[in-house]
Amino acid sequence: MDKVETAAGDQALQVDGLRVAFGDFVAIPNLSFLVNFGEVHGVIGPNGAGKTTLLDAITGKTRPAEGRILLDRHTDLLALDEPKRALAGVGRKFQKPSVFEALSVRENLELALRLRPRSILGELRSWSDPRRKARADEVLEEIGLAARADTPAGALAHGQKQWLEIGMLLMQRPKLLMLDEPVAGMTATETAHTAELIRRLRSPERAILVIEHDMDFVEEIADRVTVLHGGDPIFEGRMADARADARVREVYLGR
Amino acid sequence: MSDARVHHPGLFRATAGAIAVIAVALPILGGVMGGISPYFANIIGQIATFALLAVALDLIWGYAGILSLGHGLFFAMGGYLIAMHLLKAGFEFSGITPDFMIFMGWSEFPGFWAGLEHFPYALALIVLLPGALALVYGFVSFRSRVSGVYFAIITQALTYIAMLLMFRNDTGFGGNNGMTGFAEVLGQPIGAPSVVIGLATVSVLLLLAGFLFAGWLTGTSFGRLLIAIRDDEARLRFLGYETLWPKLAIWSLSAVLAALAGALYVPQVGIINPRLLSPDLSIEIAVWVALGGRGALSGAVIGAVIISALKFWLSGFAPDLWPFILAGVVLVVVVVLPNGLLDLRGLLRQHPALGNILSEKRNG
Repeated sequence: MDKVETAAGDQALQVDGLRVAFGDFVAIPNLSFLVNFGEVHGVIGPNGAGKTTLLDAITGKTRPAEGRILLDRHTDLLALDEPKRALAGVGRKFQKPSVFEALSVRENLELALRLRPRSILGELRSWSDPRRKARADEVLEEIGLAARADTPAGALAHGQKQWLEIGMLLMQRPKLLMLDEPVAGMTATETAHTAELIRRLRSPERAILVIEHDMDFVEEIADRVTVLHGGDPIFEGRMADARADARVREVYLGR
Repeated sequence: MSDARVHHPGLFRATAGAIAVIAVALPILGGVMGGISPYFANIIGQIATFALLAVALDLIWGYAGILSLGHGLFFAMGGYLIAMHLLKAGFEFSGITPDFMIFMGWSEFPGFWAGLEHFPYALALIVLLPGALALVYGFVSFRSRVSGVYFAIITQALTYIAMLLMFRNDTGFGGNNGMTGFAEVLGQPIGAPSVVIGLATVSVLLLLAGFLFAGWLTGTSFGRLLIAIRDDEARLRFLGYETLWPKLAIWSLSAVLAALAGALYVPQVGIINPRLLSPDLSIEIAVWVALGGRGALSGAVIGAVIISALKFWLSGFAPDLWPFILAGVVLVVVVVLPNGLLDLRGLLRQHPALGNILSEKRNG
């Protein structure tokens, strides 16, 4: 595997010997890889390559059979349940927009910030904390939805819902931001806007993991890519090199 | 607002106002001035307990998105406990032996009836037992992530099991005949017009309290959390919220409200038997809420009032028609009004002619 040094950051996510099986079907046989702070890491591969399964294992939706997943070197994610992993700094955007449609854009953002991660009651009592509103204002600007703050999320366009969901993850300042096909179903303009948003989100205190089909989009945003095939990493490096790699062309690009 | 189900402040205030007016009018018109017969007051009182039951279901179904087809269970628990209190008090203080004991040839009450003649103890049980059952059952289900239709079916099964248990004559709950022959409530003759009107008034007042409380609760940040659970529970978990606790809290609260409604229903109807635990009653509760509009508390009250009033009226001359009418209501809701009667406003907007006719009528 090629090693390309692009980001100067420390390691944010370490996946070690991960194995995920559903009954007799092995989705990921043995996967190890690193994601560093400050970089955008793309994971690509054909359907069934194990991309979403990987995210499920990291967030706790699926329990792996073997392996280790460390966040920021010290946090053993597999020992935590989903809410605790989120509080530890793992944010995930789902493939399908997952926003609370009956709540306003601002309410969605405010709900996403846990000031009192230890108690839900404490969280609810802190609802009027000015820090929450201030942070929501910042994020509203960042995702470009300030003008629609009081609109119910259900009334947003598809692309706007995706940005809102990214904004909800930003509220918490996650160490690891994972985006599952963020531009699926978007128009060309929306895709361009999303690429710009993700580039702006790159920061030394954060690692971004993007799963995507759209190769051009990945090339535009990712510092490094991992190509998965049948749950195995067959390439790791720059997207431009991936396109030239014989094995990748064989399994993914169809030569 | 795109989602019409969340806030209806005007409708909420109007409904609360109407309930308050009835609560004031009942004792005045029923007692001092005349004008409401005890029979009619009794029906209003019964419907008020149904409306409270609907509010209880709406809290968990309409707001938290958890459908229960077993709220008859909690309603019946409240009903059975108050019936036991009434019979035990009648026996201890007036020496009346309940029918089911004569029937079974028992000379004394089963041991677990001890103390039930005291109203505060009975009231405590009416709150604590259904609350505890809901807590245990909810904890097991929610922790195992049982949700949606599976949860609904299990609540229905639980209710059915309770019905089979209650049909047995040797369990000490009156068996298939149930419990009836209540003579006194809190030392007052239960059939006296003033007591009938008093019970009805208390029912309407409790409905008002429950309605206002539910309205306040759903407007708080906790209510916002419930709506988030309904809309996308997985997303909320991945944001770091353990949804088990808020779900458990609202589920248990809903069960307690249902039990209180049942405890007021039974003294007014004068009987409780296992029929109250039959699956169709629990489904009917869901129909009230579906007709009125899930997620709008006023909708739950309106749905319960319309359907129960219709049922009372029909039972006078065509009781056999009831299942067909209920099925018809379900079909109309599913096909035409997925959000219940609240969709009527949308229909009016789509068909301005209809709206004009109605608004002219209102202005005229």
